[in-house]
Amino acid sequence: MAEELGVSPDAVQFRFRDDEMADHGMVTVDSFVEQSNAVAVRIEPGDDARELLPHLDRLALVEVNFPTFGDGRGYSSARILREAGYTGELRAVGEVLVDQIAYMRRCGFDAFAPDTPLNESDVEAAFARFPHVYQKTVDGVAPIWKLRRG
Amino acid sequence: MYKYDQYDQAMVDARVEEFRDQTRRRIEGSLPEEQFRPLRLMNGLYLQLHAYMLRVAIPYGTLNGAQMHALADIAEKYDRGYGHFTTRQNIQYNWIKLEEAPDLLADLAKVEMHAIQTSGNCIRNISSDHFAGAAADELVDPRPYAEILRQWSSFHPEFSYLPRKFKIAVIASDTDRAAMRLHDIGIQIVKNDAGELGAAFYVGGGMGRTPMIAPCINGFVPLDQLITYTEACVRVWNRYGRRDNKYKARIKILVHELGAEEYTRQVEEEFAHMLEQGIEPPLAELERIRGYFQDPDFKTGLTDRADRSDPEFALWIDRNCHPHKAPGYVSATISLKPVGGIPGDASVEQMHLMADLATEYSFDECRVTHAQNIVLPHVEIGRLHELWTKLEAAGLGTPNLDRIDDIIACPGLDYCSLANARSIPVAQKISERFAANGKADELGQLKLKISGCINACGHHHAGHIGILGVDRKGVENYQLLLGGSEAEDTSLGKITGPGFNEDGIVDAVEKAADVYLANREEGERFLDTYRRIGMDPFKEALYG
Amino acid sequence: MKILTGNDLKTGAVTWWDGQGWSLHVEDAVDVGDAADEIMGREESARRVNVPYAIEAELDGSGKVRPAHIKDRVRALGPTVRPDLTLKPAEPEALNWVI
Repeated sequence: MAEELGVSPDAVQFRFRDDEMADHGMVTVDSFVEQSNAVAVRIEPGDDARELLPHLDRLALVEVNFPTFGDGRGYSSARILREAGYTGELRAVGEVLVDQIAYMRRCGFDAFAPDTPLNESDVEAAFARFPHVYQKTVDGVAPIWKLRRG
Repeated sequence: MYKYDQYDQAMVDARVEEFRDQTRRRIEGSLPEEQFRPLRLMNGLYLQLHAYMLRVAIPYGTLNGAQMHALADIAEKYDRGYGHFTTRQNIQYNWIKLEEAPDLLADLAKVEMHAIQTSGNCIRNISSDHFAGAAADELVDPRPYAEILRQWSSFHPEFSYLPRKFKIAVIASDTDRAAMRLHDIGIQIVKNDAGELGAAFYVGGGMGRTPMIAPCINGFVPLDQLITYTEACVRVWNRYGRRDNKYKARIKILVHELGAEEYTRQVEEEFAHMLEQGIEPPLAELERIRGYFQDPDFKTGLTDRADRSDPEFALWIDRNCHPHKAPGYVSATISLKPVGGIPGDASVEQMHLMADLATEYSFDECRVTHAQNIVLPHVEIGRLHELWTKLEAAGLGTPNLDRIDDIIACPGLDYCSLANARSIPVAQKISERFAANGKADELGQLKLKISGCINACGHHHAGHIGILGVDRKGVENYQLLLGGSEAEDTSLGKITGPGFNEDGIVDAVEKAADVYLANREEGERFLDTYRRIGMDPFKEALYG
Repeated sequence: MKILTGNDLKTGAVTWWDGQGWSLHVEDAVDVGDAADEIMGREESARRVNVPYAIEAELDGSGKVRPAHIKDRVRALGPTVRPDLTLKPAEPEALNWVI
């Protein structure tokens, strides 16, 4: 029997989507590419998210694992998927912490399942901390260079 | 120079409050050290050998009088009366208290300064030519490009947890005054045959444990694709740079292992994709920034001659003043390398003086060089004597730019927990030796660089003469390297042979200098003679 | 002997375990023997010290604690190139103790 991947829906502490949270069976990137009926995938830091790009139409849920918060590959994985047009749930799991959560959101994550539940008011403060952003990324926020043009 | 608008100021202010909150959580205990550490590093705060050390950012080495005054005030209020200018054009304070750091950063924010991303596995201070905007040989002022990259790199959500640190340098002249090819990304602004400006990208240089010279991976990226191309370079590395071994994680290793061709192919692929994302600021933004780097109101009809009747002053003009693009002006280097002094250190009083001098003599602007000196970029030749007199009185008038006693030295074991040996006493002894033997003049240009450990913050690989401090069974030992160059003729120094103790390395440097003097041909610098005659004559003299 | 050193969390000052608390002076350091991990764990959790670690030391000729490695001795005293900033600015022989 395949090992059960993916966090349980109860572990999702923060979610910024209007749709219902789904509980799909999750597989690895390698398996997802091979199994045409898989709809949910878990990306590890060493995986290449671009392997999923030909299969976006059947992708409903993506989990990106941060085994340690200092390994920043997951940020690129998330952003690559959003840039390619993925609009499903993009969930950050693992060592998800208050001080990185705002960057994660900017990279396209819209759900967060930290190993250790976070202080909610700290998280709220983190999201509200910076009034502007310097870079255009996938979160739709107008960067400062755009605001300067009026 | 660049001035913050409301947006820049709001971001720096928010960062101060973010760090204030993080510090509070650390001190109260809700944030453990291993989670706090990268956060404080991304605000420039190290836990160092004696105390917390703060590295304040001086973007591309440029600052005005008010900012230099503020740096002096910080040294007085929060530290112990001095600061240390670094080989990446920043300043370091060695005795900071964590509980005072947020207030310190708030003080800095008031003068449009910060310590953002001066450490940590993120994009660091972007360095540039210390003669930018003044040198006759530059194509354009490189600093607007450094500024647009600075803003792009600040709080970058995808690139704040990279495999390792990431250092970028930007120049705009064929003469490389910023060690461009020894950076993770080095950019030279160039002109193509159609007369358009673009950026040549050199990726995968660096010093440290495994020094490498960056190959050029793209000779011409149009300026309106500068950010996009840089993003592609960093993203490829973020995804494939090694995470398992921090000694093999720099981009230079990735470029070396993939080969420049394959790395370039991956970047170009990513670049093509990124171009569709519309992340590049419009050219109008670059123009807006360029507006801050216009030439100051240079006077005309100035004298191009100084009164050289004072021989000491004449010496200083000849050594420390660099030709300027505007007639009647020079760029003057203030030496922070007095004989027997600590390279790169400046006292509170000296910083206040330099601030005033920048305002009075140089259109309120000064520069920090990667050689740990200060430059007043635009000084009227006719006012040099007055300036020099004030510098001399403050111990800032040493006429030794690029001479053997203009030593670059990292803080070394006296200050740094990474170090294996002390570097400053070696620098002091060498400068004293050459003051005593009177050979410094004869030797001419000789770039001597000392690192206290293999991390090479003293850039010893790029010294005409380099010294590397090592730990030999608990005793300090020093290796001698010859033939490195940080300029456009970039090369990496070679070790001569077995190392020396502290007195021995000073003798060794003198012996190497003597070999040069005995063998040199007309017009040759030390570096040129070494390249011509090779290592053997030096080995012979050193080891017999 | 094995002694413990660390930094004060708030001030960054170098400190040494003296058996009961954290002293600024290496002369007060005590041999912790096998209890290093236990002491460090407890003290760090309580935030009475930041990033502690154990080092080798010996008693010198006059019975004073002397860290075995030069780096720790520089840490104990201060920068050798700025005696005025060390813990013993008025003692020129302190430099010999480091080297």
